[in-house]
Amino acid sequence: MAGDCASETATPIFDAVAALLRDESAFALATVVEGPVAGAKLLVRPDGTMGTLGDADLDRVVERDALGELAAGRSGVRHYGEHGEAREDHVRVFIESFAQPPRMLIFGAVDFTAALVRIAKVLGYRVTVCDAREVFATRQRFPLADEVVVDWPNRLLDQVGADLGPRDAVCVLTHDNKFDVPAIVSALATGVGYIGVMGSRRTHENRLVRLREAGVDDEGIARLRSPIGVDIGARTPEETAVSIVAEIVALRTGRSAQALSASSGPIHD
Amino acid sequence: MGEWRRSLVAMREILADLERWRRQGRSVALARVVDLEGSGPRLPGATMAVAADGEVAGSVSGGCVEGAVVAEALDVLDSGDRRLVSFGYSDDEAFAVGLTCGGTIHLFIEPLDW
Repeated sequence: MAGDCASETATPIFDAVAALLRDESAFALATVVEGPVAGAKLLVRPDGTMGTLGDADLDRVVERDALGELAAGRSGVRHYGEHGEAREDHVRVFIESFAQPPRMLIFGAVDFTAALVRIAKVLGYRVTVCDAREVFATRQRFPLADEVVVDWPNRLLDQVGADLGPRDAVCVLTHDNKFDVPAIVSALATGVGYIGVMGSRRTHENRLVRLREAGVDDEGIARLRSPIGVDIGARTPEETAVSIVAEIVALRTGRSAQALSASSGPIHD
Repeated sequence: MGEWRRSLVAMREILADLERWRRQGRSVALARVVDLEGSGPRLPGATMAVAADGEVAGSVSGGCVEGAVVAEALDVLDSGDRRLVSFGYSDDEAFAVGLTCGGTIHLFIEPLDW
């Protein structure tokens, strides 16, 4: 048996990793990088593990730590004693978190939406486009979107809002108060990290009045990025999309979005 | 808090290559960034794969150490010995294959046999 198939080694953990990546499931992969069994692996999911690092106690401790790292979205090397003891340095384990991609909900199926979908996909977002008008919210117009939903934005948020967290983004591009105001009110009721709302300064002022009428307080208003985006002088839909995602990244990292050439200090945190 | 996406994309973006090489019965080494000190732009989890015939997928830095990682990966495939390797200013080798951004990068290189 000298065929290719016979010479191919079985790779059960890699095969499981490949399937989980394809499904966009959350998991962590722990690998011994220094210690008695370098290369030993433990695949950790919220509902169980696969493989072993060579010691049942070590497996148990690393499983717990890997779930913590996964929840925090961190990857890095941790060290343990032979049986998983803390503060010992017998085994070094690289724990790599594979969190689910962050979500971006884009409300309004307009020209700017198509450009924002493209750029959000480059950044790794799972993108949903939502608009109540079925002639505009079509898959043909947004082929790269993961989902195109024909519904009122606030109704979509009622369904998925509880799952949104700090890494996720809501972009309201309709600039029509009829859709915008209920969408913004619903988005403010979630834990979503970024809420950007498109519109001119005048649209923004007018919308603020409507939002206050709808019961939004100062704290809610302060959470909104409106008008949406950072000031790069964007004109085209593509340039506007860059301005929006730049604002999302800068909000997450707490940076000012000014030119690095005009500042000093470390470029990465 | 930027680690999540880099890790996810790093392995995912070379998944199709890895699976194709495996189907073709080619031996593959994986090099993964496990730690970084200083100002390196890529985060833990950045992955590069090297097939035994020298074909490469993915990357682990801005291009500063890729050549040296390929050489190490081919040696890992040859010998079967997995290893931790480091490149950077704290290393003598830094003058040969340093990171231009001034950091130190630690990689784990192993055959894809798991």
